[in-house]
Amino acid sequence: MPTLDELMRQGRPVARHRPWPRTVVDAAAWNAAAGRLSDGDWTLLGLWGEAGAVHMALLDGTGGIGVVSLDCADGRYPSIGQRHPPALRLERAARDLFGLQPLGLPDIRPWLDHGGWGLRHPLAARTEATEPAPSYVFLPGEGEGLHQIPVGPVHAGIIEPGHFRFTASGETVVRLEQRLGYVHKGIEGLMAGADLDRAAALAGRTSGDSTVAYALAFARAAEAATGATAPPRAQWLRALMAELERLANHFGDIGAICNDASFTLMHAHCGILRERVLRAADACFGHRLMRDRILPGGVAVDLANSGVAALRALIAECRARFPALTELYDNTASLQDRTVGTGILSAALARQYAAGGYVGRASGRSFDARRTPGYPPYDTLRFDVPSLDAGDVDARVWVRIREAEQSLSLLEQILHQLPEGPLRAEPTPPSEPCEGMALTESFRGDVLVWLRLAADGTVARCHLRDPSWFQWPLLEAAIHGNIVADFPLCNKSFNCSYSGHDL
Amino acid sequence: MRKLLFSGMFRAPVTEPRPPTDDAALRELAQAVDRSARRRLGHSLSIREVDAGSCNGCELEIHALNNAFYDLERFGIRFVASPRHADVLLVTGPVTANMRDALERTFQATPDPKWVVAVGDCAVDGGCFAGSYAVVGGVARVVPVDLHIRGCPPNPNALLQGLLALLDRVGEGGRSA
Repeated sequence: MPTLDELMRQGRPVARHRPWPRTVVDAAAWNAAAGRLSDGDWTLLGLWGEAGAVHMALLDGTGGIGVVSLDCADGRYPSIGQRHPPALRLERAARDLFGLQPLGLPDIRPWLDHGGWGLRHPLAARTEATEPAPSYVFLPGEGEGLHQIPVGPVHAGIIEPGHFRFTASGETVVRLEQRLGYVHKGIEGLMAGADLDRAAALAGRTSGDSTVAYALAFARAAEAATGATAPPRAQWLRALMAELERLANHFGDIGAICNDASFTLMHAHCGILRERVLRAADACFGHRLMRDRILPGGVAVDLANSGVAALRALIAECRARFPALTELYDNTASLQDRTVGTGILSAALARQYAAGGYVGRASGRSFDARRTPGYPPYDTLRFDVPSLDAGDVDARVWVRIREAEQSLSLLEQILHQLPEGPLRAEPTPPSEPCEGMALTESFRGDVLVWLRLAADGTVARCHLRDPSWFQWPLLEAAIHGNIVADFPLCNKSFNCSYSGHDL
Repeated sequence: MRKLLFSGMFRAPVTEPRPPTDDAALRELAQAVDRSARRRLGHSLSIREVDAGSCNGCELEIHALNNAFYDLERFGIRFVASPRHADVLLVTGPVTANMRDALERTFQATPDPKWVVAVGDCAVDGGCFAGSYAVVGGVARVVPVDLHIRGCPPNPNALLQGLLALLDRVGEGGRSA
């Protein structure tokens, strides 16, 4: 059994891939990696294609990270998904976009390609789609008294589009099958050939609720590729924005989950806190969601003294109001009756799928990209990564509550230690092609960005992997055996991104 | 819970006064709303939100309209769960190829009279997603649009101004468009 280091040494190392190594391996080493993944020794961080090659980012048990690549000139490669199911949808997506055939993949249905593009394999051969796409075949659910409930893509609430096919026995969900891809915008296609600023803007529009985390991941990948470093003040301001984003989303989610259990009081109060965070963000950085505020090389705006005051007032208000809401959640039996024991995700599945964020942490997986691999300034900040074992909706609420408290503390620490200095050191264009990768922690979990820059500094290939890729399939598992009426509650407690997943 | 409810009774509400109606929106709407429709609807609008490929940023701000600061329902504007109950479709996103069909069908399922409000820069012409193989490029390419509310995303005040302009147009029974 090779270690990740040994496996990486067996292949041909790729020059100018930073900060972690990338190696082109042969099929035997590729399959060995599949074995380590299916044995649970390693974690799949991402799998993506390009014309003629497939790549996989891996995390070993000691925190080591590496990218292995397999050339597939004939457009075929041994499927990882056949041995390690978390890769299934990633391989289906890579096949739709690049025409790469995963040999042995048990699910041969398209994923992102719904037959409406007029093209097949739009990021590689771009052949014209001559025949209409065959209708999508959902997995069968057979048995006495089973019925199906199709939901979506247009849902009843103000949420993103996706299709859910429930097979139910009476009120009990026997199977949920998701069909996604409705909001596929072709972001990775638009990235190709874009300059760094346009690419950063696109990255920040991958999933609107995580615009800071995506812009940060893209900026860090671009800086890694070009060997640049953002100035210290910029790094601290980035963390400030990231924690504000986390706080706003967690407040919103805690309220919205309670709202889906018809407890609107929490929703109203959490909505006020969320709005306060967004207004403070607007006052500090000129945009409520802090979009386009992080750029490769630094940040676009400075934090003025008035912003510091706004943030201190925000922290004071949250500290005054949030504990009463936490207590309200904790002491309302009718609400807990809905959340405790509902939508349980097992620790084994959370681990196998490398579930990030509150989904993983509520089921005992405490991975946090701010810790592993870690990035500044978090190495000098004190914070806990709360983790629980129950795996139910209640646990996912509590993880959010504890993380919101941690974010408040982080905001205080950042304001206290914020260094002075320049805001941006624009990356110098590379003289030859180079590659970079970054992992950042969004409120939802770890976002991965892999980037290859051409010699002229434009983007040759960029892959953005949302944490939702590994969380969506787990929602199918968590809802099993629950009643249909609890689906909105479970779904909101996961709060996966459709846009981040569909790209 | 009692304590929280009690304290709420003595605090001033956070709800803010309505913003002034957006003039540009009024001009665009002058064409859209005829007198008979105004009479029929009175002072209320039911909105069905349709995400046709947004990044979900617009959805966050549309959600914010329901919080205590903006309290959309005090104006008689509310979100409904089905296009069959809606007067207005609030459409976000550049319209992806994969959502085109669903948007058309949602429009067809909405009874007349109906209006379409396109929300966000990418809903105007595809925005930064224009030119992609996967994007139709603007809501107006698929269904007729009566009002555009720009922004990336538009903040709740901008959304409110646009919707109030629509409501004013719909509600002004006496003046011709």
